[in-house]
Amino acid sequence: MKIGIPKEIRPGEKRVAGSPKLVAKLIKLGFEVGVETGAGLEANVSDPAWTDAGATIVADAATLWKQSDIVIKVNPPSPEESARLTRGKTLISFFWPAQQGELLKSIEAQGASVLAMDCVPRISRAQKLDALSSMANIAGYRAVIEAGSNFGHFFTGQITAAGKVPPAKVLVIGAGVAGLSAIGTAASLGAIVRAFDTRPEVADQVKSMGGEFLYLAFKEDGSGEGGYAKTMSKEFIDAEMKLFADQAKEVDIIITTALIPGRPAPKLITAAMVESMKPGSVVVDLAAEQGGNCELTEPGQLVKKHGVTLIGYTDLPSRLSGQASELYANNIGHLFDELCPEKDGVIHLNFDDEVICGTTVIKEGQITWPPPAPRLSAAPKPAAAAHPPAAPPPAAKRENSFVGLLVVALAILGVGSVAPADFMGHFTVFVLACFVGWQVVWNVTAALHTPLMSVTNAISGIIVLGAILQIGSEIQIVNILAAIAILVATINIAGGFLVTQRMLKMFQR
Amino acid sequence: MTTACYIIASILFILSLGGLSHPEKARRGNLFGIIGMILAVLATILLARDTINPVLLAGMMILGGVVGSVLAARVKMTAMPELVAMLHSFVGLAAVLVGFATFLAPHHLTGAEKTIHDVETYLGILIGAVTFTGSVVAFGKLNGMIGGKPLLLPGRHLLNLIILLASIWLAYDFIQHGSPTPLVIMTVLACLFGIHMVAAIGGADMPVVISMLNSYSGWAAAATGFLLGNDLLIVTGALVGSSGAILSIIMCRAMNRKFISVILGGFGSGTPKAGSGAAAEHGEAVAITADQTAELLKNAKSVVIVPGYGMAVAQAQQSVSAMVKKLTEAGIRIRFAIHPVAGRMPGHMNVLLAEARVPYDIVLEMDEINVDFPSTDVVLVIGANDIVNPSAEDEPDSPIAGMPVLQVWHAKDVIILKRSMATGYAGVENPLFFKDNSRMLFGDAKASIDAVVHGLA
Repeated sequence: MKIGIPKEIRPGEKRVAGSPKLVAKLIKLGFEVGVETGAGLEANVSDPAWTDAGATIVADAATLWKQSDIVIKVNPPSPEESARLTRGKTLISFFWPAQQGELLKSIEAQGASVLAMDCVPRISRAQKLDALSSMANIAGYRAVIEAGSNFGHFFTGQITAAGKVPPAKVLVIGAGVAGLSAIGTAASLGAIVRAFDTRPEVADQVKSMGGEFLYLAFKEDGSGEGGYAKTMSKEFIDAEMKLFADQAKEVDIIITTALIPGRPAPKLITAAMVESMKPGSVVVDLAAEQGGNCELTEPGQLVKKHGVTLIGYTDLPSRLSGQASELYANNIGHLFDELCPEKDGVIHLNFDDEVICGTTVIKEGQITWPPPAPRLSAAPKPAAAAHPPAAPPPAAKRENSFVGLLVVALAILGVGSVAPADFMGHFTVFVLACFVGWQVVWNVTAALHTPLMSVTNAISGIIVLGAILQIGSEIQIVNILAAIAILVATINIAGGFLVTQRMLKMFQR
Repeated sequence: MTTACYIIASILFILSLGGLSHPEKARRGNLFGIIGMILAVLATILLARDTINPVLLAGMMILGGVVGSVLAARVKMTAMPELVAMLHSFVGLAAVLVGFATFLAPHHLTGAEKTIHDVETYLGILIGAVTFTGSVVAFGKLNGMIGGKPLLLPGRHLLNLIILLASIWLAYDFIQHGSPTPLVIMTVLACLFGIHMVAAIGGADMPVVISMLNSYSGWAAAATGFLLGNDLLIVTGALVGSSGAILSIIMCRAMNRKFISVILGGFGSGTPKAGSGAAAEHGEAVAITADQTAELLKNAKSVVIVPGYGMAVAQAQQSVSAMVKKLTEAGIRIRFAIHPVAGRMPGHMNVLLAEARVPYDIVLEMDEINVDFPSTDVVLVIGANDIVNPSAEDEPDSPIAGMPVLQVWHAKDVIILKRSMATGYAGVENPLFFKDNSRMLFGDAKASIDAVVHGLA
């Protein structure tokens, strides 16, 4: 099958839906690849770089769409592009089916297929083809860079000859992929990073990235399906808003990444909060495209209000076009691993595969979206569940051991009633020795179990005494048996003690 | 005089076991043991000086001492389990020989005393024979001469039962008539039983077997003590016997297995259940290179290493030690987590690490370290599998369900050094390999660690 990578036509878009590495991989999988001339220029991939990897350069978009069975793009198709998606063709791109009702219907009527990179199920196996995470990671990083270039101070605290510089304080709201990426980037630049999220389970992740997790004095778990957040109760939101208001007075930079699937972004930073921020502060609103988390941001724009710079860019990944294209191409490459397991240059939309089923929005002229909901939550199952059954036994055990003691006592009495006194003397010694051994050995540390075995081995060579007592016998065969017994028992004694010594010498602080 | 020496020797033996509660005291404890043994042997020789054949005695003891010393000096630390198994078999053999010798030597007992004497002879030989052949098979298994897979004869429980009943009947016959025939038949049966018992036990249960044979060798010595009316033998046998029993119990607890079911054999012998099949579909394992591992380690604050049998097989302990040294110098907090049944005998890993000069205060037990995994950056699992398998906690159907495991998956990153994707001894799929924070470093453990050390430089 022929694959085509066109130039992105959305104004300002610098990404391209491929990389030379992807081209080489697709060719290995048995496909032919065509690239529109100049497609990679904004991401710093020249036409020769594509041809070096094995692609052919196509002069214009119309030809490319016409000759290709599969088209890979970044952005959803424009009306003009979607018209080119004739029967039998497959489009792979971001698609946002929830907002594209018209487009969905027209493509369905044309009999084409669409795989939406934004519909990859949020399950462990599909992580490597999760382009949303790739882009969110980049957006989080870029958000910090944008904030830094509009912020008039250092991130890191310094003590210079000219005086002390305090570190910048950054508040990140929403600790999803983008939020975590922003936390990590800001922390590595030296800022003090605080983060808030409605899902308390992410506190550890925040800490692991070098941030400080802000807790509310209010309990409510915001974990929704598929690892996203859900809408919270009124009381919770009030407590949350108070926290933000307090923080706004203190921090220098606020980065908001709060999104709830299928709804406009929640308004978290009010105009009053922006007003209360120090002059020169920066707010980066990653939710600008969905209406923004801050009341004052303007989507796609950088504006200055109340002395605060408000950044509402909606093309942050595109501003890191090289990295974004590379990661997107990698995601696409992993998708093709799933689509083309036979490496025969043909894609199979196998709906038994949860990943493919979820990603496919239109299959050969039939809308298959929305797919069944993802089944796994990111929250770990309570580990305690495995343990409770262990609790009851001790009581039963005590009873058991009591019965056991009784049996042993009766057995001793029984033996005592028939056995001669001499035997009972030995028996007493035996029982006492068992008890002493039992008490002593429980104190041995686990680290010394091997030396314990070798030393008990050595002293069980004490059996040599029995053989010594017999070796002078008049009966020749007894003599021989005893001699052999002495030999092996002595090997045991010498070997056991010496090897123990050798081992113990090695244990050192 | 002899009795006094025996009492002192008994005390010294108890002290020698007690000393093992701490590595510092252990060396002194071992010395106590040696002194006790010398004292006991000298006292006995003194006691039997009239009847003894000094040339034969001295010859045998010197020969035995030399062989033992050479063995002890030569053995590799990774081969400790084999040595221990072999030494167990010697005790068993000696017990059998002493038993027969006593039987053949003349005595003048009647009534209850004679019966007891006969029972003691019989039991001494029985236990000795089982210990002997069982240990030989265990040695073979550990050595790789015999496959690690459990040998499962059809109707093996019935077979064992028949041997047991036959032994009881033979005992009755022997006590009634005192003829050697039932004794010999019983010895043969006991030998077969020993072979069959250990052959039916799988590789992962080896620590239990070794501890159990350790215990048997003690009971054999105690039985011989009864036979000869020698209190020191009884005391020592009882000490060793209970020590082995305790070790067996500890090992069984560590695997959440019933002692009886271990003895009856066949770990993982049941067909794998549906649960493990479901786990297998978790996804695919992601590989990592040695350089990336080194990078990850360099950037970590806290690292925990979980060694397993694979480290012993690859002889990687020295390389691991070198890595630990490098990382410690770089200011990284590094610790070892030892599962009670890691390796092929109790404490196996501790000995290997000690040999490689890893300080013992950074080597921790399962319960001490499990709480620390969530705050650990990188966990390095070297050649271990079942002891870090989360399905022991998550999947009630798993053959290893309920076995306490090291919860390495709570750490930020887990790197698993492995030769291939094969399962562990329990034959259970390990979902750990497919977790998001798991990375596989394939290859020989020693070569991999060496490469990581190189990468750290």
